[in-house]
Amino acid sequence: MTDTIEIAGLEKSYGPTKALDGIDLSVTQGEIHGLLGPNGAGKTTTLRILLGLLRRDAGEVSVLGGDPWLDAVELHGRLAYVPGDVELWPNLTGGEAIDLLGRLRGGLDESHRDELVDRFDLDPTKKGRAYSKGNRQKVAIVAALASDAELLLLDEPTAGLDPLMEVVFQDVINRIKQEGRTVLLSSHILAQVEKLADRISIIRQGKVVQTGTLAEMRHLTRTTIDALTAEPVTGLEGRPGIHGLESSDGRVRFSVDGEHLDGAVKHVSRFGLRALTSHPPTLEELMLRHYGEEADSGGEQS
Amino acid sequence: MTATLTRSGDREQRSSGNVLSGTGTLVRFMLRRDRVRLPLWISAISLFTMASVAALPDLYPGAADRQARATLMENPGTRAISGPGFGLDDYTFGAMVGHEFLSWVAIFVALMSIFAVVRHTRNEEETGRAELIRSSRVGRHATTTAALAVAFGANMFLGGALAVGLGSLGVEDIGWQGSLLFGAALASVGVVFAAVAAVTVQLTEHARGASGLAGIIFALAYLLRAAGDMAEVGGGVASWLSPVGWAQQTRVYVDDRWSPLLLSLGLTLLLGALAYWLSTRRDVGASLFDTRPGPAHAGRGLSSSLGLAWRLHRASLVWWSLAVFLFAYGYGTLASEIERFVSEMSVIQDAIADIGGTVIDAWLAIIVVVFAVVTAVFGVLTALRARSEENAGRAEPVLATPVSKPTWLGSHLLIAMAGGAVLMALTGLGLGLSVSQALGNSEMLGRVLGASLAHVPAIWLTVGIAVGLFGLFPRATPVVWVVIAYAGLVGWLGALLQFPDWAMDLSPLGHTPLLPAEGMEWTPLVVMTLMAAVLIVAGLAGFRRRDLLSTA
Repeated sequence: MTDTIEIAGLEKSYGPTKALDGIDLSVTQGEIHGLLGPNGAGKTTTLRILLGLLRRDAGEVSVLGGDPWLDAVELHGRLAYVPGDVELWPNLTGGEAIDLLGRLRGGLDESHRDELVDRFDLDPTKKGRAYSKGNRQKVAIVAALASDAELLLLDEPTAGLDPLMEVVFQDVINRIKQEGRTVLLSSHILAQVEKLADRISIIRQGKVVQTGTLAEMRHLTRTTIDALTAEPVTGLEGRPGIHGLESSDGRVRFSVDGEHLDGAVKHVSRFGLRALTSHPPTLEELMLRHYGEEADSGGEQS
Repeated sequence: MTATLTRSGDREQRSSGNVLSGTGTLVRFMLRRDRVRLPLWISAISLFTMASVAALPDLYPGAADRQARATLMENPGTRAISGPGFGLDDYTFGAMVGHEFLSWVAIFVALMSIFAVVRHTRNEEETGRAELIRSSRVGRHATTTAALAVAFGANMFLGGALAVGLGSLGVEDIGWQGSLLFGAALASVGVVFAAVAAVTVQLTEHARGASGLAGIIFALAYLLRAAGDMAEVGGGVASWLSPVGWAQQTRVYVDDRWSPLLLSLGLTLLLGALAYWLSTRRDVGASLFDTRPGPAHAGRGLSSSLGLAWRLHRASLVWWSLAVFLFAYGYGTLASEIERFVSEMSVIQDAIADIGGTVIDAWLAIIVVVFAVVTAVFGVLTALRARSEENAGRAEPVLATPVSKPTWLGSHLLIAMAGGAVLMALTGLGLGLSVSQALGNSEMLGRVLGASLAHVPAIWLTVGIAVGLFGLFPRATPVVWVVIAYAGLVGWLGALLQFPDWAMDLSPLGHTPLLPAEGMEWTPLVVMTLMAAVLIVAGLAGFRRRDLLSTA
């Protein structure tokens, strides 16, 4: 098994500010990997280093088996990139920009390009300065997706797209996945990553704090249980992994760590279950949990 | 039913009172945003004018010197560049300022006014900020009115500053009355073109388009005036069709007539009314002209980094070429009169004696240096397009394709260097053609062309300095403009003011042999080309090694 992207101990500073503080990340071939984190966490810096646009201070980075800084030109023939803030040339039309970027990458599939322009409902005859943010983004997306690149690096690609276009985008990305191509997708829009990504890495303050599939991450976190029972539930307080317990006349509500879920549900069922709802943590809760813990331990902040 | 009727009736009644509400607040808001920009424009224009006027008594110590200058103005070509030529019989300092300065300063006054109006109207609409303003309690015409008020106010202020500044200099024949009219005449040009801009912002959807259209109208007004002034001394019919012409027809410092400014006032009122009327015909953010769609597919040329750079610089190179050729040709027409003019001017005689050769050769050498400085500006502007592309984030998508950093930077560089050579060749052609016609000596073309091309290595060296800074010390790149300003200063004034040799040597443009006055020397040209090559290689290597900067 080859890893398309391999990052170990990556560090990067801008003057006194440390943007990346030891990133470890691996993206396997054919997967869609979500890089999730708030603004300023280091997502864009990581992608720019993977493109060889920025030079790393320390650490090991390999992209498609090469060094992104030294082999930039050769690697760029095999990957495509959508920047987070797409800027276009004011006097070039969107269609011209798409063709230019495609040809610079070594040619693009005309029919695929036209199909994408159509699906994304993009007017390619407008001049760059006349596009809205969302339409500038579509130009970059079409240019990147119309290529046959092995690896796609997408920096918050749908931040400016409306929900309809987001659906189109998800559809196109799924097709790319079926073709066995690799995608690294950064976002702070959690729902989007949730729908697309096989694996997710959560990045904050220049470090990857967690990596795994959504299921794995959920296993590690708490499930919320809401139960209505025949008799009042007792004895939960003493059990391990129970948090936020609330109970009132026959109703009990708590969250439980993944590893203790089985025991807790068995315990509650002994009191005669009448109704039971449980919901897995959303990514928001996942993230909040990471940030919440950090805030607790670094109590001096507030 | 009744309510609807009342409301629509109400609207009719209220519309006249409310369309201007919020204007005062907007004026204060605009002044707050322009608190640095407008004072800078006003002080730069008035100080530059004052400094130039103050230098006149040194340049033309006696009446004979001024009269020699006046004979030069009998040439239609010089009148096209300056003005109709009132008071040429008795060419006082005042007549000189009115004739030769007014039209030049008017260019900057018009630009200041056009930019001010566009900045506060169309630019605000284009960025979407205008919606914030218009959604609050602000009348439909408040923005236009406030922008015009700010532009008018700036022009009044500028006119006043010029009147007080020039009047207080105490230069012979430049009195208070004339200076007041001089300031008012320039302000009238500014006010008219503020109103022109208020119209053009209704027509186009983009601020650049609106400024461009207003600029084209100014250029037409300028050309009409030039055509009229060329036709006869005192100006022809065409001079009276141009707001710039009206300002000059005041015969400032000669007869001091105020009446032509009434025409400017009338035109301003007409244009203002037109702007208000047009603005009611369109939606916020929209324009009366639809923006033209472009091609949906790129042409074959747009498929490499060089192709992109060419596309980005193409229009600018064409305009620069045209301007350089026409100006060079225009200067050349003076050749037949220059000898007579110089023989009567002691200051310039000294400078020319310093350079050596015949009067014509020395004069040509100086003119070619001026064009070399202008071409160096083009070269550096073109090469540093790479910098603005990088800062704006437009380099990133290109450099994420298999285009290497040196190739990308080299594309802009190549056009800067080749374009610089083209402009110097056009300088030589334009100047050479008209000089050989004027003197009836066909040998001049080759000599002037050679003299111009000899400056190409110096221009490459200047471009090399820019690229070296950009690659190695990107934040210090603007230093190259200091180098160019210095080169311009010593190139133009050095000979006149007899600067020491070391001061001339510091200029990258100071080492080219001053052909055709001096003999040809290959060594400095070879050395400069090599230095340019070293700087360029260092710049490319530095750019390859450094991080890509972007604001995002």
